[in-house]
Amino acid sequence: MALEIKEENWDLVIEPPKGWFALHLRDLWKYRDLVALFVRRDFVAVYKQTILGPLWHLIQPLLTTLMFTVVFGQIAKLPTDNVPKFVFYMAGTTIWNYFALCLTRTSNTFIVNAPIFGKVYFPRMTVPVSVVISQLIAFAIQFSFFLAIYVLFWARGAPIKPNWAICLLPLLLLMMAGLGLGFGIIISSMTTKYRDLQVLVAFGVQLWMYASGVIYPLSLIPEQYRWIIMLNPLTTIIETFRYAFFGQGLFSWVYLAYSAGFTVVLLLAGMVLFNRVERTFMDTV
Amino acid sequence: MSDTAISIEHVSKSYRLGTISSGTLREDLQSWWHRRRGLPDPNQRVDQMHQAIEGHTLWALQDMSLEIKQGDVWGIIGRNGAGKSTLLKILSRVTAPTSGRIQIKGRVASLLEVGTGFHPELTGRENIYLNGAILGMTKTEVTQKFDEIVDFSELEKFIDTPVKRYSSGMYVRLAFAVAAHLEPEILVVDEVLAVGDAAFQKKCLGKMGDVAGEGRTVLFVSHYMPSILSLCPKGIWIKDGKKFMEGKSRDVVDAYQTSVQSGGGALAESGAVHRKGTGSIQIKRIEAYAGSKTALSRLATGEPFYMCFAYEAKEVPTKAHIEVIWSNGKGERCLHFNSHRVGQTLILDSKYGEITCQMRKCPLMPGDYTVRTKLFDVGGGLLDEVVDAAVINVAPGDFFGTGRLPAPDMCSILVEHDFSVISAPHVSV
Repeated sequence: MALEIKEENWDLVIEPPKGWFALHLRDLWKYRDLVALFVRRDFVAVYKQTILGPLWHLIQPLLTTLMFTVVFGQIAKLPTDNVPKFVFYMAGTTIWNYFALCLTRTSNTFIVNAPIFGKVYFPRMTVPVSVVISQLIAFAIQFSFFLAIYVLFWARGAPIKPNWAICLLPLLLLMMAGLGLGFGIIISSMTTKYRDLQVLVAFGVQLWMYASGVIYPLSLIPEQYRWIIMLNPLTTIIETFRYAFFGQGLFSWVYLAYSAGFTVVLLLAGMVLFNRVERTFMDTV
Repeated sequence: MSDTAISIEHVSKSYRLGTISSGTLREDLQSWWHRRRGLPDPNQRVDQMHQAIEGHTLWALQDMSLEIKQGDVWGIIGRNGAGKSTLLKILSRVTAPTSGRIQIKGRVASLLEVGTGFHPELTGRENIYLNGAILGMTKTEVTQKFDEIVDFSELEKFIDTPVKRYSSGMYVRLAFAVAAHLEPEILVVDEVLAVGDAAFQKKCLGKMGDVAGEGRTVLFVSHYMPSILSLCPKGIWIKDGKKFMEGKSRDVVDAYQTSVQSGGGALAESGAVHRKGTGSIQIKRIEAYAGSKTALSRLATGEPFYMCFAYEAKEVPTKAHIEVIWSNGKGERCLHFNSHRVGQTLILDSKYGEITCQMRKCPLMPGDYTVRTKLFDVGGGLLDEVVDAAVINVAPGDFFGTGRLPAPDMCSILVEHDFSVISAPHVSV
């Protein structure tokens, strides 16, 4: 009898959740079409019945940048390392927005999708992964817009010089995506039990932006306190991004490696937690 | 290699009753900190103080074992809350079992509720792809089946309309069409057929029959016995989280119907009975029959209707009123009986006795009904209320004396009526 059972090749074995490290990444790959459709849905559905449609992708960063230029540049008169204020703030908001949107849109994965998750199984990870990808498209639009403005300033002889660090852009994006996804899925896993975190995310992201050097260059911070702000893995990414395009600011392989390491650890921890929660969250949500 | 498609071994699932943790991180941390220091938990409810911290658990499924062969079509029956849906949820991986193990060969598609993942802003076409992918199809598979799906749903004209403009019937048709073309090795269906018009229901049943005929495995949960009987050769009856009976669906359905048609008998039998009221009088047993007390037979549409409520009173004599509500499977309240409304006060002068109620003709359509009872004193104070007092089945019968009954979803109750034609050849209407 025991031998007979061994010979059978089951396609699926359902057991109580055990072990923390079953990540089911192969499942995720099997459902790649679903990820693509989710991306499409997110992109198409949001702008149905709007007049401006995808133009909103340009209006949002444009208005934010204008606001920052007026408030922090003109009124508070924060220095921007001689980089024209408008393009300086635009660089910061463009890359920051990608992270912020990845984080906020993935942090409610379980709560928002509970009705679907409660009825049918598919790898839950498809949802946050598709969010990160659809936000990447939004980022591409905003980034092209930034490039256009950037070239405009550059052609008019503004003191900005792009350099080799631009090649690091894919890495920077990957880290932004990883951090946004990592924090997002950790929060989404925990909000199945603790709704407090949902409230925290909304304004936490706002506060976090001020601690990440989006609106000021790192050179503004006194040397001896700089390490504190560098503990935030996002500071390095934003600073490196600006260094690549403007040739101003701090560039350090050490901090970059720290941010990359942080991202990997966070993402792994997030996936472990997420996979643990997805098996039984329907009972607690 | 045996031909087992699903092997369920000792599967159990427990839920914690009440709220799951206190809900905020602060209180959880506080509880944890106090427990660590050996102090009583400040957030624990006072009435739980003397009980184990684990609290109450509800076993939705207990030690369920079942072996399902490839190509078998099983009907799963049981009362609400018996654990049928929990079993299907575990099978479709929506939630994990607490213990035990299930092994499955082949792809499982579940229809726990149709229209899963439909996005209202997207068109029918876009939703077919999205829904198909959620159910586990690849894009190529959906493209291959696309025309068939659209044909089946009968929605060619509306396929590029956002589904938010669809009627609920159209919605269900589209959803079922997608799921029906998934071609899974194992199909899990839960009460989908409750929606849609009669013609479409017939079509769905036909499709499920085809699926079964193609040698695929089907698990079908329904409260509607005729469809269980027509679709499923085998049946399993789940009662209180346990497998109560398994075998030929005819036998299982008969046994199940015999148990429900006697009105559930004593209320205590159904496990946890939730009562409200002072309890000075309590309903202990409910029965409903066709015919009179001397010649009892099974309750059926159009037959004389006889209800009987056995009571226990703490103080006698006492005066009371009774209210009884019959609700159908969709939760619609179909019949309401009230002794106060008909101007009859019940005088109970012995501690034990029966309150009876009669009607000349049972107007209820065939199906399962949930009965709710309330007892009041003459001042209107609530003495006893039992929400789900019993589930009683009404069998099909000959209401009109013509041998014809309307289709199940045409109406909830029947009334006698007459038609006539009055000729008025010279008057235009």
